[in-house]
Amino acid sequence: MSFTAVAQPVDFIKERLGSLWDQAVLEHIEFRGELTLIVKPENIVEVSTALRDHADLRYDVISDLTAIDNQRDEDYTPEKPRFYVVYNLFSTKTKHRIRLRSAPVGPADDNQLPKIDTVTTVWCGANWHERECYDMFGIDFVGHPDLRRILMPPDWEGYPLRKDFPVNDQEVYQYINKQLADE
Amino acid sequence: MGIENKLVDVIGSDIITTTAESVINWARKNAIWPVTMGLSCCAIEMMAVAASRYDIARFGSEAFRASPRQADLLIIAGTLTKKMAPVLRRVYDQMAEPKWVISMGACASCGGMFNVYSVVQGADEVVPVDVYIPGCPPRPEALIYGVMQLQRKINDMKLGMPRHEMKPVVVGESKEDQRVPERMTA
Repeated sequence: MSFTAVAQPVDFIKERLGSLWDQAVLEHIEFRGELTLIVKPENIVEVSTALRDHADLRYDVISDLTAIDNQRDEDYTPEKPRFYVVYNLFSTKTKHRIRLRSAPVGPADDNQLPKIDTVTTVWCGANWHERECYDMFGIDFVGHPDLRRILMPPDWEGYPLRKDFPVNDQEVYQYINKQLADE
Repeated sequence: MGIENKLVDVIGSDIITTTAESVINWARKNAIWPVTMGLSCCAIEMMAVAASRYDIARFGSEAFRASPRQADLLIIAGTLTKKMAPVLRRVYDQMAEPKWVISMGACASCGGMFNVYSVVQGADEVVPVDVYIPGCPPRPEALIYGVMQLQRKINDMKLGMPRHEMKPVVVGESKEDQRVPERMTA
C-alpha cells in the first residue's frame, strides 16, 4: 500500500492561488506531510474562498476552527500577536487536508477584543466554532451573524481559556469579584 | 399468639400501640421513587443499577419518574456545572415533600476532579443533600448501599421533623461500614 500524503504539495497550491499567494500568504510550514499556511488577517476570506472554489483544490469542509493564546510562550513580547486563529480544512474531492493560521488584529485589554473577519460566508460550519472562540478567548469575528456565548452562561464575565484567566474555582470567584470591584 | 410476637419483632413495639410513625416511615422508605438527574458518567452506573443485574427495584425504587412532581428522591448523578445549577434547583423545588437528595459520585459531592471555572464544587451549594456517595463512579452496589442508608435515615424520621435537623450521611464513614467482614467458614 503506497503512502498517500495528507497535504497537497506546496507548489501545487502556489500555482493555483497565483498572485493571491504573494499578496496574502506570509509563509508556509510543512511538517511530516502536513501543510500550514500563515495568512494575513485582512485576506483570510479571499484565501478561504479561493481554496474552496478552485476546481483542483475544493477545500469544502472546515473541520475545525480554534484559537491559540501565546501569552505564556517563552519568546512572547507584546509586539508579537497574542492570539492565532487556526482553520483546519478538508477536501472531500481530493481527500487532502490543509491548515491556515492567522492572527487577529488589535489589543486584548481594557474591554477591547482582537478582530478578524468571519469565514461563515465561506463555510457555514464555522458558525459555532467562531462562537466558541469568542466565548473562550474573546476574539471578535467581524461580520458574524450571531456572535454570542455558546458554552458559558450568557452573563458570564471573562474569557476562560485565556492564559491569564484563573484555573481553580476559588480563584475564579476572586477574579470576578475583583473585576466587579474595579468597575 | 405466634403472629403477635412475630409482628412485635418486625415492627419493634406492641402492635396495639403501634405508632403511626413506624408505619408511615416503613411505607416511605420501601417505595422511594427517584427522579433521575443523570448529568454525566455516573448516570451510566445509575442505569446499571436500574437494570437487571443490580436491580434497584428490589429495594423499592420501582419506577424512575421523569417528572419531579411524581418522585421523592433526587439522585444527582454526575458533574453539576454552573449553567445547570439553576435547573437543578428548579427541579428540586418542584418535588413535593417529603423529598430526599442523594449526591452520587465525586463530582456531585465536592466537584470531583474538576476544580475549574465551570463546575459547582459540590451539589450541596445548591440543594440540601442527605446521603453522599463517594466514587468515580461509585459501583452500583455503592449506590444501592447509599439508598439503603437513606432508608435507615428515613426510619429514624419523626413526623413533623424539620428538614434541617436531618443530618447528612457519608457512605463509608460509619463504624459499621468500616468493620472488616468475618470470613465465611464452610
